[in-house]
Amino acid sequence: MSHSHQSEQAPLLELENLRVSFPTPQGRVEVVKGLSFTLGRERLGIVGESGSGKSMTGRAILRLVRSPGRQQADRMVFDGIDLAGLSERKMRDLRGARISMIMQDPKFSLNPVMTIGAQIAEALKTHETLARREIKSRVLEMLHSVRINDPERVVNLYPHEVSGGMGQRIMIAMMLIPRPDLLIADEPTSALDVSVQAQVLDLIDELVRDKGMGLILISHDLNLVARYCDRILVMHAGEVVESCAAEDLHKATHPYTQGLLAAVPRMEETREELPVLDRSAWSGT
Amino acid sequence: MSAIILKDLDISYGHTKVVEGVNIEVAEGESFALVGESGSGKSTILKAIAGLAPDWSGEISVLGQPRGRSVDQGFATRCQMVFQDPYGSLHPRKSVDTVLSEPLKIHGLGNRDARVIEMLAAVGLDQRFRFRYPHQLSGGQRQRVAIARALMLEPKVMLLDEPTSALDVSVQAEILNLLKKLRREQGLTYLMVTHNLPVVSFMCDRMAVMNKGRIVEIAPATALHDGSFTDPYTQSLYAASGGNPDRKD
Repeated sequence: MSHSHQSEQAPLLELENLRVSFPTPQGRVEVVKGLSFTLGRERLGIVGESGSGKSMTGRAILRLVRSPGRQQADRMVFDGIDLAGLSERKMRDLRGARISMIMQDPKFSLNPVMTIGAQIAEALKTHETLARREIKSRVLEMLHSVRINDPERVVNLYPHEVSGGMGQRIMIAMMLIPRPDLLIADEPTSALDVSVQAQVLDLIDELVRDKGMGLILISHDLNLVARYCDRILVMHAGEVVESCAAEDLHKATHPYTQGLLAAVPRMEETREELPVLDRSAWSGT
Repeated sequence: MSAIILKDLDISYGHTKVVEGVNIEVAEGESFALVGESGSGKSTILKAIAGLAPDWSGEISVLGQPRGRSVDQGFATRCQMVFQDPYGSLHPRKSVDTVLSEPLKIHGLGNRDARVIEMLAAVGLDQRFRFRYPHQLSGGQRQRVAIARALMLEPKVMLLDEPTSALDVSVQAEILNLLKKLRREQGLTYLMVTHNLPVVSFMCDRMAVMNKGRIVEIAPATALHDGSFTDPYTQSLYAASGGNPDRKD
Protein backbone atom coordinates (compact mmCIF):
# COMPACT_ATOMS: atom_id res chain seq x y z
CA MET A 1 0.00 0.00 0.00
CA SER A 2 1.15 3.56 -0.73
CA HIS A 3 0.82 4.06 2.98
CA SER A 4 4.02 2.31 3.99
CA HIS A 5 5.89 3.93 1.12
CA GLN A 6 5.05 7.42 2.33
CA SER A 7 6.20 6.74 5.87
CA GLU A 8 9.76 6.42 4.59
CA GLN A 9 9.74 10.11 3.67
CA ALA A 10 10.50 12.91 6.10
CA PRO A 11 8.54 12.38 9.34
CA LEU A 12 5.29 14.24 9.85
CA LEU A 13 5.89 14.89 13.50
CA GLU A 14 9.00 14.72 15.61
CA LEU A 15 8.76 14.99 19.34
CA GLU A 16 11.72 14.94 21.66
CA ASN A 17 11.68 15.09 25.43
CA LEU A 18 8.17 16.50 25.82
CA ARG A 19 7.35 17.50 29.38
CA VAL A 20 4.05 18.75 30.76
CA SER A 21 3.78 19.87 34.37
CA PHE A 22 1.17 21.26 36.72
CA PRO A 23 1.72 23.16 39.98
CA THR A 24 0.54 21.58 43.22
CA PRO A 25 1.02 22.62 46.85
CA GLN A 26 3.95 20.18 46.88
CA GLY A 27 5.64 21.81 43.89
CA ARG A 28 5.31 21.16 40.17
CA VAL A 29 4.26 17.67 39.21
CA GLU A 30 5.20 16.31 35.80
CA VAL A 31 2.36 14.44 34.13
CA VAL A 32 4.33 13.79 30.96
CA LYS A 33 7.98 13.02 31.67
CA GLY A 34 10.20 13.27 28.65
CA LEU A 35 8.22 11.69 25.85
CA SER A 36 9.88 11.24 22.46
CA PHE A 37 8.56 9.76 19.24
CA THR A 38 8.61 10.22 15.49
CA LEU A 39 5.47 9.87 13.45
CA GLY A 40 5.27 9.27 9.71
CA ARG A 41 2.07 9.05 7.74
CA GLU A 42 1.04 6.10 9.82
CA ARG A 43 -1.34 5.16 12.60
CA LEU A 44 0.11 5.43 16.08
CA GLY A 45 -1.78 4.29 19.16
CA ILE A 46 -1.13 5.68 22.62
CA VAL A 47 -2.58 3.50 25.40
CA GLY A 48 -2.61 3.94 29.13
CA GLU A 49 -4.88 4.18 32.12
CA SER A 50 -6.44 7.37 33.42
CA GLY A 51 -3.75 9.69 34.67
CA SER A 52 -1.03 8.19 32.50
CA GLY A 53 -0.60 11.44 30.57
CA LYS A 54 -1.87 10.18 27.23
CA SER A 55 -4.48 12.91 26.70
CA MET A 56 -2.05 15.59 27.83
CA THR A 57 0.39 14.38 25.17
CA GLY A 58 -2.31 14.85 22.54
CA ARG A 59 -3.13 18.32 23.80
CA ALA A 60 0.53 19.32 24.05
CA ILE A 61 1.07 18.60 20.35
CA LEU A 62 -1.58 21.24 19.61
CA ARG A 63 -0.14 23.46 22.36
CA LEU A 64 -3.46 23.32 24.16
CA VAL A 65 -2.17 22.75 27.69
CA ARG A 66 -3.87 25.45 29.68
CA SER A 67 -2.18 27.66 32.25
CA PRO A 68 -1.12 26.96 35.02
CA GLY A 69 -0.03 23.82 33.19
CA ARG A 70 3.26 24.23 31.39
CA GLN A 71 4.74 22.32 28.48
CA GLN A 72 8.25 22.21 27.08
CA ALA A 73 10.09 20.08 24.59
CA ASP A 74 13.60 19.91 23.19
CA ARG A 75 12.16 19.46 19.75
CA MET A 76 8.61 19.60 18.47
CA VAL A 77 8.56 19.76 14.70
CA PHE A 78 5.53 19.20 12.51
CA ASP A 79 6.22 18.85 8.78
CA GLY A 80 9.27 21.11 9.01
CA ILE A 81 7.54 23.72 11.23
CA ASP A 82 8.88 24.25 14.72
CA LEU A 83 5.73 24.20 16.83
CA ALA A 84 7.41 25.35 20.02
CA GLY A 85 8.62 28.61 18.46
CA LEU A 86 5.38 29.47 16.65
CA SER A 87 3.39 32.53 17.69
CA GLU A 88 -0.05 31.93 19.15
CA ARG A 89 -1.56 33.44 16.00
CA LYS A 90 0.33 31.16 13.65
CA MET A 91 -0.50 28.24 15.90
CA ARG A 92 -4.19 29.04 15.55
CA ASP A 93 -3.88 28.92 11.77
CA LEU A 94 -2.35 25.49 12.06
CA ARG A 95 -4.86 24.01 14.47
CA GLY A 96 -7.75 22.47 12.65
CA ALA A 97 -6.24 23.19 9.24
CA ARG A 98 -3.20 20.92 9.42
CA ILE A 99 -3.51 19.13 12.74
CA SER A 100 -6.94 18.45 14.13
CA MET A 101 -8.31 16.64 17.10
CA ILE A 102 -11.43 14.55 17.69
CA MET A 103 -12.60 14.83 21.26
CA GLN A 104 -14.13 12.16 23.42
CA ASP A 105 -17.77 13.07 23.73
CA PRO A 106 -19.81 14.66 20.94
CA LYS A 107 -22.36 15.82 23.51
CA PHE A 108 -19.87 18.27 24.98
CA SER A 109 -17.87 19.20 21.94
CA LEU A 110 -20.65 20.35 19.63
CA ASN A 111 -22.21 23.76 20.04
CA PRO A 112 -25.81 23.13 21.16
CA VAL A 113 -27.21 26.34 19.68
CA MET A 114 -25.72 26.09 16.19
CA THR A 115 -27.03 23.86 13.44
CA ILE A 116 -24.75 21.07 12.33
CA GLY A 117 -24.33 22.58 8.88
CA ALA A 118 -23.28 25.93 10.33
CA GLN A 119 -20.74 24.31 12.66
CA ILE A 120 -19.09 22.31 9.92
CA ALA A 121 -19.06 25.32 7.63
CA GLU A 122 -17.44 27.38 10.38
CA ALA A 123 -14.56 24.91 10.57
CA LEU A 124 -14.00 25.43 6.87
CA LYS A 125 -14.51 29.21 6.76
CA THR A 126 -11.96 29.77 9.50
CA HIS A 127 -9.21 28.43 7.31
CA GLU A 128 -10.27 29.01 3.73
CA THR A 129 -12.05 31.71 1.78
CA LEU A 130 -14.69 30.10 -0.37
CA ALA A 131 -17.93 31.05 -2.06
CA ARG A 132 -21.05 30.24 -0.07
CA ARG A 133 -22.23 27.73 -2.63
CA GLU A 134 -18.92 25.94 -2.58
CA ILE A 135 -18.92 25.78 1.22
CA LYS A 136 -22.35 24.22 1.13
CA SER A 137 -21.32 21.60 -1.38
CA ARG A 138 -18.15 20.76 0.58
CA VAL A 139 -20.21 20.36 3.76
CA LEU A 140 -22.69 18.04 2.08
CA GLU A 141 -19.92 16.05 0.45
CA MET A 142 -18.14 15.68 3.79
CA LEU A 143 -21.28 14.55 5.59
CA HIS A 144 -21.81 12.06 2.82
CA SER A 145 -18.30 10.71 3.21
CA VAL A 146 -18.84 10.09 6.95
CA ARG A 147 -21.84 8.01 5.83
CA ILE A 148 -24.64 10.23 6.94
CA ASN A 149 -27.69 9.41 4.90
CA ASP A 150 -29.70 12.38 3.80
CA PRO A 151 -27.13 15.14 4.53
CA GLU A 152 -29.55 17.77 3.17
CA ARG A 153 -31.77 17.17 6.19
CA VAL A 154 -28.97 16.72 8.74
CA VAL A 155 -27.31 20.11 8.06
CA ASN A 156 -30.39 21.82 9.47
CA LEU A 157 -30.56 19.76 12.66
CA TYR A 158 -29.23 20.76 16.07
CA PRO A 159 -26.86 18.49 18.03
CA HIS A 160 -29.57 17.33 20.46
CA GLU A 161 -31.56 15.96 17.54
CA VAL A 162 -28.93 13.41 16.52
CA SER A 163 -27.74 10.20 18.19
CA GLY A 164 -24.34 9.74 19.82
CA GLY A 165 -22.88 7.81 16.92
CA MET A 166 -24.13 10.38 14.44
CA GLY A 167 -22.78 13.20 16.63
CA GLN A 168 -19.36 11.60 16.61
CA ARG A 169 -19.47 11.22 12.84
CA ILE A 170 -20.37 14.91 12.58
CA MET A 171 -17.35 15.71 14.78
CA ILE A 172 -15.19 13.69 12.42
CA ALA A 173 -16.65 15.54 9.43
CA MET A 174 -15.88 18.85 11.14
CA MET A 175 -12.32 17.86 11.88
CA LEU A 176 -11.59 16.48 8.43
CA ILE A 177 -13.20 19.13 6.26
CA PRO A 178 -10.12 21.43 6.23
CA ARG A 179 -8.17 18.34 5.05
CA PRO A 180 -5.59 18.12 7.84
CA ASP A 181 -2.35 16.10 7.60
CA LEU A 182 -2.46 14.82 11.14
CA LEU A 183 -5.49 13.68 13.07
CA ILE A 184 -5.38 13.22 16.84
CA ALA A 185 -8.29 11.16 18.11
CA ASP A 186 -8.61 11.21 21.89
CA GLU A 187 -10.85 8.32 22.94
CA PRO A 188 -13.07 8.93 19.89
CA THR A 189 -15.45 6.08 20.69
CA SER A 190 -15.53 5.63 24.45
CA ALA A 191 -18.91 7.38 24.66
CA LEU A 192 -20.41 5.10 22.02
CA ASP A 193 -21.96 1.65 21.88
CA VAL A 194 -19.84 -1.28 20.70
CA SER A 195 -21.73 -1.66 17.45
CA VAL A 196 -21.36 2.04 16.61
CA GLN A 197 -17.75 2.05 17.86
CA ALA A 198 -16.64 -0.28 15.09
CA GLN A 199 -18.40 1.83 12.44
CA VAL A 200 -16.78 5.07 13.61
CA LEU A 201 -13.30 3.55 13.84
CA ASP A 202 -13.61 1.88 10.45
CA LEU A 203 -14.61 5.25 9.06
CA ILE A 204 -11.61 7.06 10.61
CA ASP A 205 -9.38 4.26 9.38
CA GLU A 206 -10.69 4.50 5.84
CA LEU A 207 -10.39 8.29 5.68
CA VAL A 208 -6.89 8.23 7.12
CA ARG A 209 -5.78 5.64 4.56
CA ASP A 210 -7.43 7.32 1.59
CA LYS A 211 -6.06 10.74 2.33
CA GLY A 212 -2.66 9.49 3.48
CA MET A 213 -2.96 11.26 6.82
CA GLY A 214 -1.13 10.56 10.04
CA LEU A 215 -3.23 9.36 12.96
CA ILE A 216 -2.62 9.37 16.69
CA LEU A 217 -5.28 7.27 18.40
CA ILE A 218 -5.40 7.79 22.15
CA SER A 219 -7.32 5.17 24.10
CA HIS A 220 -7.39 3.07 27.23
CA ASP A 221 -8.53 0.04 25.28
CA LEU A 222 -5.53 -2.12 24.34
CA ASN A 223 -7.38 -4.43 22.00
CA LEU A 224 -9.04 -1.61 20.14
CA VAL A 225 -5.73 0.17 19.58
CA ALA A 226 -4.12 -3.07 18.45
CA ARG A 227 -6.88 -3.50 15.89
CA TYR A 228 -6.65 -0.04 14.35
CA CYS A 229 -3.00 1.03 14.62
CA ASP A 230 0.36 0.15 13.11
CA ARG A 231 2.44 1.03 16.13
CA ILE A 232 1.66 1.32 19.85
CA LEU A 233 3.11 3.29 22.73
CA VAL A 234 2.09 2.18 26.21
CA MET A 235 2.20 4.98 28.75
CA HIS A 236 2.28 4.75 32.51
CA ALA A 237 2.70 7.66 34.93
CA GLY A 238 3.83 10.04 32.21
CA GLU A 239 6.42 7.76 30.66
CA VAL A 240 6.44 5.39 27.72
CA VAL A 241 7.01 1.95 29.17
CA GLU A 242 6.70 0.04 25.93
CA SER A 243 6.78 0.76 22.22
CA CYS A 244 6.01 -1.96 19.73
CA ALA A 245 4.33 -2.86 16.46
CA ALA A 246 0.60 -3.52 16.91
CA GLU A 247 0.82 -7.15 15.91
CA ASP A 248 3.52 -7.76 18.51
CA LEU A 249 1.44 -6.42 21.39
CA HIS A 250 0.83 -9.88 22.82
CA LYS A 251 4.62 -10.36 22.95
CA ALA A 252 4.95 -7.26 25.17
CA THR A 253 7.83 -7.51 27.59
CA HIS A 254 7.20 -4.79 30.16
CA PRO A 255 5.38 -6.13 33.25
CA TYR A 256 2.93 -3.19 33.19
CA THR A 257 1.82 -3.95 29.62
CA GLN A 258 1.61 -7.66 30.41
CA GLY A 259 -0.44 -6.88 33.50
CA LEU A 260 -2.82 -4.67 31.55
CA LEU A 261 -3.29 -7.28 28.86
CA ALA A 262 -3.94 -10.03 31.38
CA ALA A 263 -6.50 -7.93 33.29
CA VAL A 264 -8.85 -7.74 30.28
CA PRO A 265 -11.58 -10.40 30.38
CA ARG A 266 -11.67 -12.56 27.28
CA MET A 267 -14.56 -13.69 25.15
CA GLU A 268 -13.79 -17.27 26.16
CA GLU A 269 -13.04 -16.77 29.82
CA THR A 270 -11.86 -19.79 31.75
CA ARG A 271 -9.91 -18.04 34.54
CA GLU A 272 -11.58 -18.15 37.92
CA GLU A 273 -9.96 -14.86 38.88
CA LEU A 274 -8.49 -12.05 36.82
CA PRO A 275 -4.87 -11.17 37.54
CA VAL A 276 -4.60 -7.78 39.20
CA LEU A 277 -1.80 -5.30 38.67
CA ASP A 278 0.55 -5.02 41.59
CA ARG A 279 0.81 -1.26 41.68
CA SER A 280 3.54 -1.24 44.30
CA ALA A 281 5.89 -2.69 41.67
CA TRP A 282 6.01 0.69 39.95
CA SER A 283 6.65 3.98 41.61
CA GLY A 284 3.29 5.39 40.39
CA THR A 285 0.02 5.82 42.23
CA MET B 1 -37.44 -21.04 44.13
CA SER B 2 -36.46 -18.48 41.54
CA ALA B 3 -34.68 -15.36 42.73
CA ILE B 4 -36.20 -13.04 40.15
CA ILE B 5 -39.26 -13.65 37.98
CA LEU B 6 -40.36 -11.10 35.39
CA LYS B 7 -43.58 -11.94 33.55
CA ASP B 8 -44.92 -10.01 30.55
CA LEU B 9 -43.22 -6.92 31.86
CA ASP B 10 -43.96 -3.64 30.04
CA ILE B 11 -42.33 -0.42 31.26
CA SER B 12 -43.16 3.10 30.06
CA TYR B 13 -41.78 6.55 30.56
CA GLY B 14 -44.79 8.79 30.02
CA HIS B 15 -46.37 7.75 26.72
CA THR B 16 -43.32 5.93 25.42
CA LYS B 17 -43.14 2.24 26.01
CA VAL B 18 -39.44 1.43 26.48
CA VAL B 19 -39.65 -2.21 27.50
CA GLU B 20 -42.17 -4.65 26.09
CA GLY B 21 -43.15 -8.21 26.96
CA VAL B 22 -40.08 -9.22 28.93
CA ASN B 23 -40.04 -12.69 30.50
CA ILE B 24 -37.03 -13.69 32.56
CA GLU B 25 -36.55 -16.21 35.31
CA VAL B 26 -33.29 -16.05 37.27
CA ALA B 27 -32.53 -18.97 39.55
CA GLU B 28 -31.24 -18.46 43.07
CA GLY B 29 -27.46 -18.16 43.10
CA GLU B 30 -27.34 -17.52 39.36
CA SER B 31 -25.51 -14.67 37.68
CA PHE B 32 -27.59 -13.39 34.80
CA ALA B 33 -26.61 -10.68 32.30
CA LEU B 34 -28.72 -8.26 30.29
CA VAL B 35 -26.82 -7.03 27.26
CA GLY B 36 -27.68 -4.66 24.46
CA GLU B 37 -27.01 -1.20 23.12
CA SER B 38 -27.86 2.00 24.92
CA GLY B 39 -31.56 2.69 24.68
CA SER B 40 -32.43 -1.00 24.48
CA GLY B 41 -34.15 -0.86 27.88
CA LYS B 42 -31.76 -3.02 29.89
CA SER B 43 -31.14 -0.50 32.68
CA THR B 44 -34.85 0.31 32.75
CA ILE B 45 -35.60 -3.28 33.76
CA LEU B 46 -33.26 -2.97 36.75
CA LYS B 47 -34.85 0.33 37.68
CA ALA B 48 -38.32 -1.19 37.57
CA ILE B 49 -37.23 -4.04 39.84
CA ALA B 50 -35.60 -1.57 42.25
CA GLY B 51 -38.72 0.60 42.23
CA LEU B 52 -37.17 3.55 40.39
CA ALA B 53 -39.40 3.25 37.31
CA PRO B 54 -42.90 2.87 38.76
CA ASP B 55 -44.84 2.95 35.49
CA TRP B 56 -44.89 -0.78 34.68
CA SER B 57 -47.39 -3.53 34.11
CA GLY B 58 -47.00 -7.28 34.29
CA GLU B 59 -45.41 -9.13 37.16
CA ILE B 60 -42.18 -8.65 39.08
CA SER B 61 -41.34 -10.94 41.92
CA VAL B 62 -38.16 -11.30 43.90
CA LEU B 63 -37.46 -14.37 46.04
CA GLY B 64 -41.07 -15.45 45.69
CA GLN B 65 -42.57 -12.17 46.84
CA PRO B 66 -44.34 -9.98 44.27
CA ARG B 67 -43.18 -6.40 44.14
CA GLY B 68 -45.64 -3.58 44.63
CA ARG B 69 -45.37 -0.16 43.11
CA SER B 70 -44.80 1.75 46.34
CA VAL B 71 -41.74 2.13 48.55
CA ASP B 72 -41.14 -1.19 50.25
CA GLN B 73 -38.71 -1.37 53.18
CA GLY B 74 -38.79 -5.13 53.34
CA PHE B 75 -37.88 -5.30 49.68
CA ALA B 76 -34.71 -3.31 50.34
CA THR B 77 -33.41 -6.01 52.66
CA ARG B 78 -33.78 -8.63 49.93
CA CYS B 79 -32.63 -6.76 46.85
CA GLN B 80 -30.18 -3.89 46.32
CA MET B 81 -28.74 -2.05 43.36
CA VAL B 82 -25.22 -0.85 42.45
CA PHE B 83 -25.09 1.99 39.95
CA GLN B 84 -22.87 2.63 36.98
CA ASP B 85 -20.97 5.72 37.92
CA PRO B 86 -19.25 5.67 41.32
CA TYR B 87 -18.51 9.38 40.84
CA GLY B 88 -22.21 10.18 40.80
CA SER B 89 -23.76 7.62 43.13
CA LEU B 90 -22.08 8.60 46.41
CA HIS B 91 -23.13 11.71 48.31
CA PRO B 92 -20.17 14.10 48.17
CA ARG B 93 -20.72 15.44 51.69
CA LYS B 94 -21.24 12.16 53.48
CA SER B 95 -18.29 10.16 54.77
CA VAL B 96 -17.92 6.48 53.95
CA ASP B 97 -18.96 5.69 57.53
CA THR B 98 -22.19 7.72 57.22
CA VAL B 99 -23.02 6.19 53.85
CA LEU B 100 -22.58 2.66 55.18
CA SER B 101 -24.43 3.25 58.47
CA GLU B 102 -27.43 4.91 56.84
CA PRO B 103 -29.23 1.75 55.71
CA LEU B 104 -28.74 0.29 59.20
CA LYS B 105 -30.27 3.38 60.80
CA ILE B 106 -33.26 3.37 58.45
CA HIS B 107 -33.96 -0.25 59.26
CA GLY B 108 -33.30 0.22 62.98
CA LEU B 109 -30.47 -2.26 63.12
CA GLY B 110 -27.90 -2.07 65.91
CA ASN B 111 -24.26 -2.97 66.24
CA ARG B 112 -23.49 -0.50 63.46
CA ASP B 113 -19.85 0.03 64.28
CA ALA B 114 -18.94 -3.61 64.02
CA ARG B 115 -21.00 -4.08 60.86
CA VAL B 116 -19.33 -1.18 59.07
CA ILE B 117 -15.86 -2.43 60.02
CA GLU B 118 -16.72 -5.93 58.86
CA MET B 119 -18.15 -4.74 55.56
CA LEU B 120 -15.13 -2.55 54.76
CA ALA B 121 -12.96 -5.61 55.23
CA ALA B 122 -15.26 -7.72 53.04
CA VAL B 123 -14.95 -5.33 50.08
CA GLY B 124 -11.20 -5.04 50.54
CA LEU B 125 -11.01 -1.47 51.85
CA ASP B 126 -8.59 -0.55 54.59
CA GLN B 127 -10.11 0.76 57.84
CA ARG B 128 -8.41 4.12 57.34
CA PHE B 129 -10.91 4.86 54.55
CA ARG B 130 -13.82 4.75 56.99
CA PHE B 131 -13.98 8.46 57.73
CA ARG B 132 -13.02 9.72 54.33
CA TYR B 133 -15.20 11.53 51.80
CA PRO B 134 -15.79 10.33 48.22
CA HIS B 135 -13.47 12.95 46.69
CA GLN B 136 -10.60 11.46 48.68
CA LEU B 137 -11.09 8.07 47.04
CA SER B 138 -10.18 6.74 43.61
CA GLY B 139 -12.83 5.40 41.22
CA GLY B 140 -12.22 1.78 42.20
CA GLN B 141 -12.38 2.60 45.91
CA ARG B 142 -15.65 4.48 45.40
CA GLN B 143 -17.17 1.53 43.58
CA ARG B 144 -16.11 -0.69 46.51
CA VAL B 145 -17.96 1.70 48.84
CA ALA B 146 -21.04 1.57 46.61
CA ILE B 147 -20.94 -2.24 46.67
CA ALA B 148 -20.46 -2.21 50.46
CA ARG B 149 -23.47 0.08 50.84
CA ALA B 150 -25.61 -2.28 48.79
CA LEU B 151 -24.50 -5.22 50.92
CA MET B 152 -25.07 -3.60 54.33
CA LEU B 153 -28.58 -5.04 54.69
CA GLU B 154 -27.37 -8.48 53.63
CA PRO B 155 -29.60 -8.75 50.54
CA LYS B 156 -29.67 -11.97 48.54
CA VAL B 157 -30.26 -10.37 45.16
CA MET B 158 -28.01 -7.69 43.66
CA LEU B 159 -28.89 -5.54 40.67
CA LEU B 160 -25.67 -4.37 38.99
CA ASP B 161 -25.94 -1.58 36.42
CA GLU B 162 -22.68 -1.55 34.45
CA PRO B 163 -20.64 -1.71 37.65
CA THR B 164 -17.26 -1.36 35.92
CA SER B 165 -17.82 0.66 32.75
CA ALA B 166 -16.51 3.88 34.33
CA LEU B 167 -13.30 2.22 35.50
CA ASP B 168 -9.87 1.43 34.04
CA VAL B 169 -9.20 -2.16 32.94
CA SER B 170 -6.90 -2.96 35.84
CA VAL B 171 -9.42 -1.54 38.34
CA GLN B 172 -12.23 -3.31 36.49
CA ALA B 173 -10.41 -6.61 37.08
CA GLU B 174 -10.27 -5.88 40.83
CA ILE B 175 -13.97 -5.06 41.06
CA LEU B 176 -15.02 -8.06 38.97
CA ASN B 177 -12.93 -10.33 41.18
CA LEU B 178 -14.53 -8.78 44.24
CA LEU B 179 -18.06 -9.27 42.90
CA LYS B 180 -17.27 -12.88 42.05
CA LYS B 181 -15.81 -13.52 45.49
CA LEU B 182 -18.81 -11.95 47.26
CA ARG B 183 -21.23 -14.02 45.24
CA ARG B 184 -19.37 -17.20 46.16
CA GLU B 185 -19.12 -16.33 49.86
CA GLN B 186 -22.59 -14.98 50.43
CA GLY B 187 -24.56 -17.01 47.91
CA LEU B 188 -25.79 -13.91 46.06
CA THR B 189 -27.85 -13.75 42.89
CA TYR B 190 -26.73 -11.18 40.33
CA LEU B 191 -28.75 -9.50 37.62
CA MET B 192 -26.17 -7.49 35.76
CA VAL B 193 -26.50 -4.98 32.94
CA THR B 194 -23.51 -4.55 30.67
CA HIS B 195 -22.55 -3.97 27.07
CA ASN B 196 -19.19 -5.64 27.47
CA LEU B 197 -19.45 -9.25 26.28
CA PRO B 198 -16.11 -10.46 27.69
CA VAL B 199 -17.28 -9.32 31.14
CA VAL B 200 -20.36 -11.52 30.69
CA SER B 201 -18.10 -14.42 29.82
CA PHE B 202 -16.17 -13.89 33.06
CA MET B 203 -19.02 -13.14 35.44
CA CYS B 204 -22.25 -14.71 34.25
CA ASP B 205 -23.95 -18.04 33.64
CA ARG B 206 -26.65 -16.88 31.23
CA MET B 207 -27.42 -13.77 29.23
CA ALA B 208 -30.45 -12.12 27.67
CA VAL B 209 -29.85 -9.95 24.62
CA MET B 210 -32.09 -6.92 24.25
CA ASN B 211 -32.89 -4.79 21.26
CA LYS B 212 -35.43 -1.96 21.14
CA GLY B 213 -37.09 -2.92 24.42
CA ARG B 214 -37.53 -6.60 23.67
CA ILE B 215 -35.50 -9.67 24.50
CA VAL B 216 -34.33 -11.19 21.25
CA GLU B 217 -32.41 -14.13 22.66
CA ILE B 218 -31.54 -15.86 25.92
CA ALA B 219 -28.34 -17.87 25.70
CA PRO B 220 -25.82 -19.50 28.03
CA ALA B 221 -22.63 -17.46 28.52
CA THR B 222 -20.68 -20.31 26.94
CA ALA B 223 -22.23 -19.33 23.59
CA LEU B 224 -19.71 -16.48 23.65
CA HIS B 225 -16.91 -19.00 23.15
CA ASP B 226 -17.89 -19.88 19.63
CA GLY B 227 -20.57 -17.30 18.81
CA SER B 228 -23.33 -19.90 18.50
CA PHE B 229 -26.21 -17.45 18.62
CA THR B 230 -29.40 -17.91 16.66
CA ASP B 231 -30.67 -14.33 16.45
CA PRO B 232 -29.16 -12.13 13.72
CA TYR B 233 -29.04 -9.09 16.03
CA THR B 234 -27.04 -11.03 18.63
CA GLN B 235 -24.68 -12.22 15.94
CA SER B 236 -24.03 -8.67 14.75
CA LEU B 237 -23.45 -7.51 18.33
CA TYR B 238 -21.00 -10.37 18.82
CA ALA B 239 -19.18 -9.51 15.61
CA ALA B 240 -18.99 -5.81 16.54
CA SER B 241 -17.37 -6.80 19.84
CA GLY B 242 -14.61 -8.48 17.88
CA GLY B 243 -15.83 -12.07 18.13
CA ASN B 244 -13.47 -14.51 19.79
CA PRO B 245 -9.94 -13.70 18.58
CA ASP B 246 -8.56 -16.73 20.44
CA ARG B 247 -10.53 -19.03 18.20
CA LYS B 248 -9.92 -18.33 14.55
CA ASP B 249 -11.37 -20.68 12.03
